[in-house]
Amino acid sequence: MKNQILYTLQLADNALIYGHRLSEWCGHGPVLEQDIALTNISLDFLGQARGFYQHAANLFNALPQADKQGMFLSVTLEEKINKGENIDEDDLAYLRDGWDFRNLLITEQPNGDWATTIARAFYIDIFNHLYYTRLQKSSDLQLAAIAEKSLKEVTYHKRWSSEWVIRLGDGTEESHAKMQTALNDLWPFTGEMFRMTDIEKEMASNKAGVDAAALYNDWKQQVTTIADEATMQLPDSTWMQEGGKDGRHSEHLGYILAELQFIQRAYPGMEW
Amino acid sequence: MPEQNSNKNEWPLWEVFIRSKAGLDHKHAGSLHAIDAQMAIENARDVYTRRMEGVSIWVVESKHVHASDPDSSGAMFDPASDKIYRHPTFYDLPDELTHM
Amino acid sequence: MTVRDFQQAFDEKIDREIAIEPRDWMPDNYRKTLIRQISQHAHSEIVGMLPEGNWITRAPSLRRKAVLLAKVQDEAGHGLYLYSAAETLGITRDEMYEQLHTGKAKYSSIFNYPTTSWADMGAIGWLVDGAAIMNQVALCRTSYGPYARAMVRICKEESFHQRQGYEILLQMSKGTEIQRKMVQESINRWWWPSLMMFGPSDDNSPNTEQSMRWRVKRFTNDELRQRFVDVTVEQCNILGMKLPDPALKWNEERGHYDFGEINWEEFWNVVNGNGPCNKERLDARTKAWEDGQWVRDAALAYSEKRKERSKKETKAA
Repeated sequence: MKNQILYTLQLADNALIYGHRLSEWCGHGPVLEQDIALTNISLDFLGQARGFYQHAANLFNALPQADKQGMFLSVTLEEKINKGENIDEDDLAYLRDGWDFRNLLITEQPNGDWATTIARAFYIDIFNHLYYTRLQKSSDLQLAAIAEKSLKEVTYHKRWSSEWVIRLGDGTEESHAKMQTALNDLWPFTGEMFRMTDIEKEMASNKAGVDAAALYNDWKQQVTTIADEATMQLPDSTWMQEGGKDGRHSEHLGYILAELQFIQRAYPGMEW
Repeated sequence: MPEQNSNKNEWPLWEVFIRSKAGLDHKHAGSLHAIDAQMAIENARDVYTRRMEGVSIWVVESKHVHASDPDSSGAMFDPASDKIYRHPTFYDLPDELTHM
Repeated sequence: MTVRDFQQAFDEKIDREIAIEPRDWMPDNYRKTLIRQISQHAHSEIVGMLPEGNWITRAPSLRRKAVLLAKVQDEAGHGLYLYSAAETLGITRDEMYEQLHTGKAKYSSIFNYPTTSWADMGAIGWLVDGAAIMNQVALCRTSYGPYARAMVRICKEESFHQRQGYEILLQMSKGTEIQRKMVQESINRWWWPSLMMFGPSDDNSPNTEQSMRWRVKRFTNDELRQRFVDVTVEQCNILGMKLPDPALKWNEERGHYDFGEINWEEFWNVVNGNGPCNKERLDARTKAWEDGQWVRDAALAYSEKRKERSKKETKAA
């Protein structure tokens, strides 16, 4: 059960942190129509995050009190748990510290310019599409239901980011160069998507989780096809950054959480 | 529609038509900018159907819309005003006749 | 037909409340006035995304975050509907942006005030959107068809904005002492600028008379301002808060609330660029536009390349 919760939180954290990053674009997009499109995508991820957090909170609240203690390294959340109170989606999003967050490093990378945002989206969206397709068949019916709903959204995301990779790659000289740089810079963060943690292995073997490692070939093939059309070269370097799934993050996450959690931290225990 | 001032760097303007539910006509919803038809449809989805307003989208580049001249609207539309036989209530039928 | 005949036909339409449509003849000044007003309105929506966008990353719960994001996105949508309406008058969106970025076009001064606490998300929804709705509802019957239709669409979507704002304040006012303090502090800052949103008083509003005649405007600034004050006082009581105006008092004879004198010096200063955030807001918009130039160019270049290729393929076939 504990691993099921941590696995669900990993999915939730990915959606929240990435959705948060995308929401930073709102009001600053390169063209009004795309500002609106990107905000829609951000809202999709926020919705997915809420679904996963609510599920994780329900699973957690159903644990015997003794099992609840010590699951998180966050003082405020532990206090609440020790009082025997139920937790909810917001407690999980707003009261955990960085080391309890399990999102992929790629989701917390800064937006950079439009090409960087597109490259990040492209790698993530194609992965999500494959991942949610499998997760629909999860033996955890809640996860399956969230995946089924999310799949419709990520199908659209995948099309959106792929089209932009092609437009920028095959656009002007300047956009071609920027797109290539962005694809190169984010490449080392893609390996982590397919590296299975012990928790993921256990969940996959119970048929509740997805065997992410098995998705690599499909992902690589799809990414390559689009990159070819976009006249882009995918890097052949194999050295990959990792740690997010185990709570070891880049410096960026701290700043994200400082903003995200500011009010809950500054005015603890209040309803908003 | 008056001629748009030509600005070669601006994305073309498109008119968007939305079918709000199956069985209804597509209705003009508004316009937007996009580089091609595909993007126009996607933008229309994001801009004009955020509240589930539609089940189908048509887009047409604004420059391809030909409009009638409002100053000859007399010749264009008035002749129809006396052809009430196009309206079903023109026909005097027995009350017991139903489903027609 | 002579210009005089056209003018007469136009006047008759206005008098008979028949909407003016893009291809209809219209006086140059009518067109100019509309372009000015609609683009100003569009700019207000777009610049208005910034003060609230400022809190998207800091919203205190996931639900509030989603609602705020959807709301700011709506503003982008409203800006887009309005730019489209203005484009039917023969100006392009890029030209309107140009006017905004060079300071030639104005936008609602309210967005030149900073959002410094979460309660501001409530106060903006309740007071600023509330004031905007007063104006917008009246504009749903404005004489220019595309503008009126855009406003109908906008008004439908706006009603959730004011409600979500009021809900934020209501929730906070039921909370702790510090939350109530936050609400009051926010109302104190937003009340007067909200009243200023209706524009100069009628005797100082040079454009009002002509705009009323053309039915571009349906009510005067002072009429709308009074209506806003009258409905807002009661809503404020429900929150258990105070509006920061000692002169605010029910006037039995008039059947309206009396209220204190607006600080017009502040109003004109903010209009003329001296508000706390004028520079920041314009810089943010200009930066987004300039940073986006290569993206827009690339997309266009790509689409042209593709057209070329498909032409070649057709020839070859």
